[in-house]
Amino acid sequence: MKRYVAKRLCISLATLLAILFILFLMLELMPGSPFNDEKLTQSQVALLNDKYGLDQPVYYRFIQYVKHMVTGDFGVSYTISKNTSITTLLASRLPVSIRIGGQAVLLGTVIGLFLGLLAALKHNTIFDTLTTVISVLGVSLPSYVFALALSYSLGYRVHLFPLLYQQEAAMKSSVLPTISLAMFTVATVARFTRTEMLEVLGSDYMLLAESKGLPEWRLILVHGLKNALIPIITVLAPLVVSLMTGSLVVEKIFSIPGIGSLLVTAIQSNDYNVIVTLAFIYSAMYIGIMLFVDILYGIIDPRIRLAKEGNYEH
Amino acid sequence: MNKEKILSIRDLSISFMTTAGEANAIRGVKLDLYKGETLAIVGESGSGKSVTVKAIMGILSGNGSVKEGTIDFTYERNGETVHQDLLKLTKKEMRRRINGKRIAMVFQDPMTSLNPTMTIGKQIMEGMRCHYKTPKKDAYEKAVSLLSLVGITEPEKRMKCYPHQLSGGMRQRVVIAIALSCDPEVLICDEPTTALDVTIQAKILELIKEIQDRTGISVIYITHDLGVVAKVADYVAVMYAGKIVEKGLAKEVFYDPRHPYTWGLLSAMPDLNTSDEALYTIPGSPYNLMGKGKGDAFADRNAFALNIDYRMEPPMFQVTDTHYAATWLLHENAPEVGMPDALKNRISRMRKEA
Repeated sequence: MKRYVAKRLCISLATLLAILFILFLMLELMPGSPFNDEKLTQSQVALLNDKYGLDQPVYYRFIQYVKHMVTGDFGVSYTISKNTSITTLLASRLPVSIRIGGQAVLLGTVIGLFLGLLAALKHNTIFDTLTTVISVLGVSLPSYVFALALSYSLGYRVHLFPLLYQQEAAMKSSVLPTISLAMFTVATVARFTRTEMLEVLGSDYMLLAESKGLPEWRLILVHGLKNALIPIITVLAPLVVSLMTGSLVVEKIFSIPGIGSLLVTAIQSNDYNVIVTLAFIYSAMYIGIMLFVDILYGIIDPRIRLAKEGNYEH
Repeated sequence: MNKEKILSIRDLSISFMTTAGEANAIRGVKLDLYKGETLAIVGESGSGKSVTVKAIMGILSGNGSVKEGTIDFTYERNGETVHQDLLKLTKKEMRRRINGKRIAMVFQDPMTSLNPTMTIGKQIMEGMRCHYKTPKKDAYEKAVSLLSLVGITEPEKRMKCYPHQLSGGMRQRVVIAIALSCDPEVLICDEPTTALDVTIQAKILELIKEIQDRTGISVIYITHDLGVVAKVADYVAVMYAGKIVEKGLAKEVFYDPRHPYTWGLLSAMPDLNTSDEALYTIPGSPYNLMGKGKGDAFADRNAFALNIDYRMEPPMFQVTDTHYAATWLLHENAPEVGMPDALKNRISRMRKEA
């Protein structure tokens, strides 16, 4: 197991470097530069390019950037917030996105699991139908529809929650964005849980477990849900990443100072270091979560365990 | 006879709601199981063998319902003898008091009947931990001894194994160990050897027999393999279309079968000495359980059917104290009809071999 994790970590590192390099190449090919203010003269732009090292060839810049990155220096912003280091720039924004995304993942998973279990256990009843309706709505309606509906009803009509994000009331103002982001996760998790649980409930080992006279909760959670978890985790993992890295639309609707909107602004204004850093964070999270999920698979299902534990065939 | 009756099924009727209508899977079954003895229920697919035992366990599938009847279970609790109609218990009470604890079951396919994500040790200990709140250490020790009882070598090492690390035969041994973990009074084996290859089949049967000799447990076998029955059963009940058509001591049913369906089953059994080239098959296909037709369910497939078979269902006729068969051929006014000659020869051969 340890060797496997070490190997995977090495591969992840190489992947990250490759992604960074491709990013550098793509930014190089992108038209324009960070300094396209019309008031700047040719020589001023040359000066700025020289100052930030942008006149150097791309591979050189790549190596320099990686060198600095290892020490935790992600460079400075060129346009969005001139000469502020990216670390400072993100320090205020990243936690907001991660917080709202994390809450959405948690809420979506818990409610999705609950609905899926309910639907499977009460198969072909009103609960089952309701869950299916919620699943279809959650998957087919985009998150901004929920965001608008929620902010109109609970924000504007009832004044229960603030319409716009307020730094000083972070918890309260994160409720509506969290719910609107969670809907897709609720729908996906509920749908997969229902299908998988129905299959597991009809299996021979559930019948054996039932004939052992185990209490119902133990049947459902220990024998049932554990066996249904693998496909659920598989669909959940990429959802986690996309939620954690912020949603542009929902951030716009609630004026959330997150990284989703930051990335778009950065791309529009050729703020190279911001783009690179955000893309790097996104990739690192994705790779990290995939690694985590692969390890989790092995913990949940012994048949997936990769280490050579040896089989006892007779 | 003062044998202790442990399980007594009376007039059991079960039907299933299907999209095509109501299927009457069990139509008035009457069966007894005595302490320490082995009852074999034989019959073709769809005859209602499995449904009968699932009703005993209270694990009928959702669309099935018990129309009428009783399943009286007699057991000792704290030194007192308790009679309980299992059909009167709720699912929860069944789980707490009966399932696994007093009546345990071994299923057909060991490849799929163990939970793939739990070690076999845990799966064996689980029942004891839930029913008797056995301390972990004691449960562990008992599980190890059960594993060696069912003939698994290096039991302590195997406790940590997952089902996929074991072969089919070993998995079935584990399933048997699970069934025995709470010292049940009754062990139900639903075609325990069907999914295993022949050499392992014999070993598993021997194992169950051995355990029975050692613990005095009562066993119900469900099978369509008459070879299995001949080896293990004290009593045999032959089922057809949700009814028992013949029952008696194993030797009575084997050597002196009275029901034409039993004749058919015995004739259809492959045998090394048969000189006939084609193996006998019972003509026609199983009775449609949806119908509520008049007469005997087997009449259409019965070469010996009498006129009355098409009009009235035959009652159980008594042959001896222990041997009964439901066929009009046993009625005093019935014509003399004997079993086919080929079967007669086979039975006399079987007698010689025995």
